Amino acid sequence: MEWSFLLVQALSGLASASSLFVIASGLTIVFGVTRIVNFAHGSFYMLGAYLAVTIVPWLLEFDRSPTLFFVGVLASALVVGLLGVAMEMLLLRRIYRVPELFQLLATFGVVLIVQDLVQLAWGPMDIPGPRAPGLRHGVTILDQRFPAYELFLIVVGPAVLALLWLLMHRTRFGVLIRAATQDREMVGALGVNQAMLFTGTLFLGAALAGLGGALQIPRISANAHMDLSVITEAFVVTVIGGMGSVPGAFIAALLIGLLQAFGVLIFPKITLVLVFLLMAAVLVVKPWGLLGRPEAAAGRAVLPEGILDPGRMDWAGKVLAVVALAVMLALPLIDAYAVKVGTEVLIFALAAVSLNFLVGNGGIVSFGHAAYFGLGAYGAGLLVVKAGLPMEPALIAAPIAGGLAAALFGFFVVRLSGIYLAMLTMAFAQIAYAVVFQWVEVTGGDNGLVGVWPSHWAASREVYHYLTAVLTLAAIVFLRRVIHAPFGATLRAARDSAQRADAIGIDVRMHRWLGFTLAGAAAGLAGGLYAFSKGSIDPTLLGIPMSVDFLSMILLGGIQSVLGPVAGAAAFHSLKDFFLPLTDHWRLLLGLSIIAMVLVFPRGLAGAFASLRRRPA
Amino acid sequence: MVDTVLDVTGLRAGYGPAEVLFGVDLTLARGEVAALMGRNGAGKSTTLKAIMGLLTPRAGTVRFAGQEIAGMAPYRIARLGLGYVPEERRIFTDLTVMENLAVGRRAAPPGREAWTPERLFAFFPNLAEMRHRRAGAMSGGEQQMLTIARTLMGNPEAVLLDEPSEGLAPVIVEQMADAVLRMKDEGLAVLVSEQNLDFAAAVADRALILEKGTVRWQGDIATLEADEDIRRAYLTV
Amino acid sequence: MTLLAVEGLTKRFGGVLAAKSVSFALDEGEMLAIIGPNGAGKSTTFNMVGGQLRPDGGSVMLAGKDVTGLPSRALCRMGVGRTFQVAQTFLSFSVLGNVQMALLAHHGQTRQLLSDAAVMHRDAALALLDRVGMAAQAGRPIGELAYGDVKRVELAIALAAAPRLLLMDEPTAGMAPSERTALMALVAGIARAERIGVLFTEHDMDAVFAHADRILVLVRGEIIARGSPEEVRADPEVQRVYLGHSGTRAAGRARRPVHG
Repeated sequence: MEWSFLLVQALSGLASASSLFVIASGLTIVFGVTRIVNFAHGSFYMLGAYLAVTIVPWLLEFDRSPTLFFVGVLASALVVGLLGVAMEMLLLRRIYRVPELFQLLATFGVVLIVQDLVQLAWGPMDIPGPRAPGLRHGVTILDQRFPAYELFLIVVGPAVLALLWLLMHRTRFGVLIRAATQDREMVGALGVNQAMLFTGTLFLGAALAGLGGALQIPRISANAHMDLSVITEAFVVTVIGGMGSVPGAFIAALLIGLLQAFGVLIFPKITLVLVFLLMAAVLVVKPWGLLGRPEAAAGRAVLPEGILDPGRMDWAGKVLAVVALAVMLALPLIDAYAVKVGTEVLIFALAAVSLNFLVGNGGIVSFGHAAYFGLGAYGAGLLVVKAGLPMEPALIAAPIAGGLAAALFGFFVVRLSGIYLAMLTMAFAQIAYAVVFQWVEVTGGDNGLVGVWPSHWAASREVYHYLTAVLTLAAIVFLRRVIHAPFGATLRAARDSAQRADAIGIDVRMHRWLGFTLAGAAAGLAGGLYAFSKGSIDPTLLGIPMSVDFLSMILLGGIQSVLGPVAGAAAFHSLKDFFLPLTDHWRLLLGLSIIAMVLVFPRGLAGAFASLRRRPA
Repeated sequence: MVDTVLDVTGLRAGYGPAEVLFGVDLTLARGEVAALMGRNGAGKSTTLKAIMGLLTPRAGTVRFAGQEIAGMAPYRIARLGLGYVPEERRIFTDLTVMENLAVGRRAAPPGREAWTPERLFAFFPNLAEMRHRRAGAMSGGEQQMLTIARTLMGNPEAVLLDEPSEGLAPVIVEQMADAVLRMKDEGLAVLVSEQNLDFAAAVADRALILEKGTVRWQGDIATLEADEDIRRAYLTV
Repeated sequence: MTLLAVEGLTKRFGGVLAAKSVSFALDEGEMLAIIGPNGAGKSTTFNMVGGQLRPDGGSVMLAGKDVTGLPSRALCRMGVGRTFQVAQTFLSFSVLGNVQMALLAHHGQTRQLLSDAAVMHRDAALALLDRVGMAAQAGRPIGELAYGDVKRVELAIALAAAPRLLLMDEPTAGMAPSERTALMALVAGIARAERIGVLFTEHDMDAVFAHADRILVLVRGEIIARGSPEEVRADPEVQRVYLGHSGTRAAGRARRPVHG
């Protein structure tokens, strides 16, 4: 390989690193001050790009000058900054005190809303942007042509870093941001209006995301997938760099930019996997990222959000369970549609209970549970379609596939906690998604595979429904039993105080790992059953939206309840199945519902039911 | 005439389901140092937090400089001239000494000489030598001084000082007592929560004893020192 | 008989020597206090013995076995119980459930998937709670207890593993003075009755001088004095660097009931 080629490759890596840093710096600053991981940061980036492809061409009509191009880019960033202010004032302000799981979900609700609104405003087509006047040419470097605009981008990252450094060390606003990153409450007790500080921080963070998006328009068309694709990378950068650390984000962005630029030469297909492997490696050695620091222990011990004392099932619960069971078994008496929905509800109920086994019982907030569901589905589906095996062994393979994947990823996941853990689970789910998506020869890529049909005896919808009922209910009852057993209690104990658990001789990491594996296996079984109920498999089974669906189910059902997620899955899936065909704006509706749930109903259906019964008649 | 700067009546507060304060009544006169004493868990820190708005009072009134402040956000209370020095110091360890002071800075009310870093360095000479040092690299005693200095930068009229001697070596405790006395000389009113009678006796004019969330006794420090029955009933061994 | 023998423990943080060749020994049934100013290396030393920190040099021997650098869960299985400066308990459990959990761990039953945890080791847990005077509160959620009672439950949790050595980091921190005396008396009683060695750090001079058999004074990572409470109190160097005036008074006061 020639040196000049390597140099150009390095330069293009630096250009991506630079762009990535601009975006990630905003995410990390917002996290530092507000302690919220803002999923909608990717939406701000996307909005920056859409605004820029609207504003910049309009400005260039007046004069095709570089100045006007950058005025347009900056104007887009400022508008996005204002949208950040709106989000802070309308939403974030209300959720600063709720557990991080709810915060992540609420900001994901914004992602869904923005996706639909962007489609409404700009339509479904990609919109190419203008090239930057004055930077349209190529520059010759050691006989290789390299775009001038990319060279410009390389400069942007360090320039933004320098400006941020000045802001953080030379202005009162910056000093307050750094102080608040460490102790928000104390900053308030010293007379600083936190609301203003947080609003200002959101302006800064969103504007950086907007700037990042607007700067991309000469390179990529504004499109509706920019948000989730960039947010994953931005998460990875902030996690590797250490959340809240701007210099850390810079180093991490450089590492990732260069890794991608050179990785593509060696493993063209799995650059994404390389990035995530880097993240996993860094987190194993430095669990709080390169320049991050451990979360300060919360001053006062608080009751964990989740299952407290699982207790016995009382008469009302028993009646409810019997009624629900009877309805499930009686569905074939209604019609085929009811059976279809009922089967799916059972499957999702198992997935949700297995997720809540982690979240509610173990305090392990997995944001990528769909990975194990999806890999279970692929495990079963591939055996049938590619290996020609019948349903029975495939259904045995499904939990094994989900469990093995969970054991592999869980090995890294259980080393972390809190928000880092959530982001790592999501990252692993994205790896699994990428592998399934890109390995077209085996998985059928985007299209997936069809022909995953049950064995002959179970081919009718009704029989398959009963088969699903037996398997899912057995698995749910088993998981419930485990929650009451010493193993489940140990997971709760480790959630309450890992330090105390360690001191009484519990290997916390090992128990969490076993729990993660068990939950993955249960999700895998659900996935396998789902594959046969649909007759097909495709990558959406592993996607972030699927993980969010599961989380919405347990949130709706109530994460402090053992069986609430069953009700949550039933309510969520029936509503989704009913409304999805009726509206073009399902995401808008879902996004608003998730936010409403977080704001109004944080204890879910089970919580609402419990408080209803506690009220004197 | 006794000029009251802080007047608390019937203050109730707690954490979640737990109630800690069951109607606290207390006053603090302008320029006075009062010690809020009592066993741990009696509600001393909770009282100070509830006055400062860090915990929302569930009932009762808190009047500061003639204004009702119960239920106000902490930053608004601070801006009215009430300073708060927390128990666990809570300095900004990533920031330098000067930057810590900058976070606390607020304009002085008209007619009063404002605290500046230079004045504070004269007050706490140890800090002067390390103005550009990262606060996290300082010793516990130095951090405790910084947290008081940081609050003084807001030019408060009164200061709530939570357990300033807790966790410090006795030599440093003596320096803390000295600092409180000099704050008094500057005309500041100080409500200091304290378990150590020696410390309280060294700095305060008056003591209030909290037990189970209410004020059970108040009077001169000298009386308290002389009266072993009261001490045994409410304070120590 | 020597239970714990610490030889030349050394720990560096960056350029700072937090513990400099610290050596001491502890007998069965003995209470040994480590005191010293903040930042003197008390916690560092303590955490090296307790398995939270790996020493850069030196050794820790427990009943003749080398346990240097073992994690605290392994130490627990070898008979080391632990309480923390801020009590660490399982907040979502009842008082009884906390002790049952410790017993489940002690019996190696934490991986059972099907048995019912709520009925296991009930009687043993109640007996332990009875020993610390908390049996009457067994059914309450631990989050509802007063802090002093939480510390008692924490002691019962530590005792569940039938320890030979108890490590107590500032056992009386955050407690009322009267609760402090009662807790230390309880610990001392149990330690002497069952020949458990107790190593503790403490800021409260009353607790130290009233209950420790021997005291180590640590300053800047080095032991500057060691001996009986009387010897340590009389040491002019100790008075100069650590106790200061009020501390010396407290140290004197603590023994007043005994002497007069």
